[in-house]
Amino acid sequence: MRALADLELCQGHQSCQFEAPLVFGYDDETDKVTVLDEHPPETERDNLVRAVRYCPAMALGMED
Amino acid sequence: MTITIPEVSRRFPDSPHGHLEDLRDDPIDLLHRVREECGDIGRFRLADRDVVLVTGAEANEAFFRAPDDILDQAAAYPFMTPIFGKGVVFDTTPEQRQEALKNQALKGEMMRGHAATIENEINRMVAGWGDEGEIDLLDFFAELTIYTTSACLIGKPFREELDGRFAQHYHDLERGTDALAYVDPYMEGVESFRIRDAARLELVALVQAIIDKRHARGKVPREERDLLDVLISLRSEDGSPHFSTDEITGMFISMMFAGHHTSSGTAAWTLIELLRHPDVMVDIVAELDDLYADGPEGRVEVSFQALRSIPRLEAALKETLRLHPPLILLLRVAQTDFEIGGHVLPAGTMVGASPRVSNRIAADFPDPDAFDPGRYLDPNQADLQNRWTWIPFGAGKHRCVGNAFAMMQLKAIFSVLLRDYEFEMSQPSQSYRDDTSKMVIQLERPAKVRYRRRTR
Repeated sequence: MRALADLELCQGHQSCQFEAPLVFGYDDETDKVTVLDEHPPETERDNLVRAVRYCPAMALGMED
Repeated sequence: MTITIPEVSRRFPDSPHGHLEDLRDDPIDLLHRVREECGDIGRFRLADRDVVLVTGAEANEAFFRAPDDILDQAAAYPFMTPIFGKGVVFDTTPEQRQEALKNQALKGEMMRGHAATIENEINRMVAGWGDEGEIDLLDFFAELTIYTTSACLIGKPFREELDGRFAQHYHDLERGTDALAYVDPYMEGVESFRIRDAARLELVALVQAIIDKRHARGKVPREERDLLDVLISLRSEDGSPHFSTDEITGMFISMMFAGHHTSSGTAAWTLIELLRHPDVMVDIVAELDDLYADGPEGRVEVSFQALRSIPRLEAALKETLRLHPPLILLLRVAQTDFEIGGHVLPAGTMVGASPRVSNRIAADFPDPDAFDPGRYLDPNQADLQNRWTWIPFGAGKHRCVGNAFAMMQLKAIFSVLLRDYEFEMSQPSQSYRDDTSKMVIQLERPAKVRYRRRTR
């Protein structure tokens, strides 16, 4: 499982900080998402799915 | 150069302004015809300019990813200038948007407070309903969303000064978006423009009266201040007010604009689609009854749940947005020569993307005209799988910054309405339709439904 973030699309809403805080971080300087764990464990799957689904900028993705 | 891009046929060949009359008469037909006749990249004429209309994932992605110094929004919407007033921009740069987002209003952590505010506003709107009655969907949701957007974006003290008059004048502004503005936004003899300008003056007068009350009242503690207090406290170097009432009103109009008719129309269309599809309605009512049932720790608050997953309701909202996107045409102006799909568009060309057309591309959304919320239920995620063609909120850099706010608001509205009331159509199903004669699309009146308080 792989977590993806498109920095060109990220608007800095930080909703992923709420949904999947172990997978995605936030850089105060750039006001953009950071990928903390590009290959998160299976236990993070539901959180990652929600982070992708509820990203207001549609900037996140996942691959199996 | 753009002449190599095919031009769509004209239904009004004698019009001196290209496809302007096509756009004013039936914009949905015009936009669909561009794709049918010309493919992913087609063209129509608006007054004396080319508008290159792109559809489909590939062309849409190029459109939505283009930076502002290539495709600019500011000059693309001349019909907004008389509404906002001079000096108030249509939209800020992505950097300014990001800065604004960072600082306040639409940020995730503010949402909790907004959700509570919205729940309160819905409760106030239905407080006088009684056990049964009838509402007009346009009137009801347009007024509700005036209160929610003003309370959340400007502040509760300001909202408390508003009543139905503000909503009525605001509606008249939105009706003043005739595409004739592409020829001249101040054209003489256009009734909707005259009403628009009168309505704006009425709004300035209402805001002036509120400002007068604030001055008479004097200073209040910091925690009781709203954005209006801040704006009227700012002074120029010579001590005079930094912003005139006209400018402040223009700022408020622009802040509320993106969130008003869009949310209002989507709420109305969601209810209409649920009434047209009773099986979907039954499922959603059951979902909400389950979520809001009394549990061991009491009943869950709407303001809490609206920020969390409500899968069936969300799917119905997304499907409503796909079929009835509030904005059917998103426009930019090329600032430099812009290459797309093998064509080079010269600077000054208008370029557009159409949520109405892209959202119904059959290859991406099978049986595209059917209302099917199942498209978004696990394991289907038609929105995420088609992120460049499922575009009711636009896409890319300028994707609606308020979309999470909007979804939360809609979830809160239907949580309250469907928990406490049942609805039925007061008129034939197909008589609910949009008035597309203006660039801001609104539900056509009458659009009435009856309600009855649920007995449980």
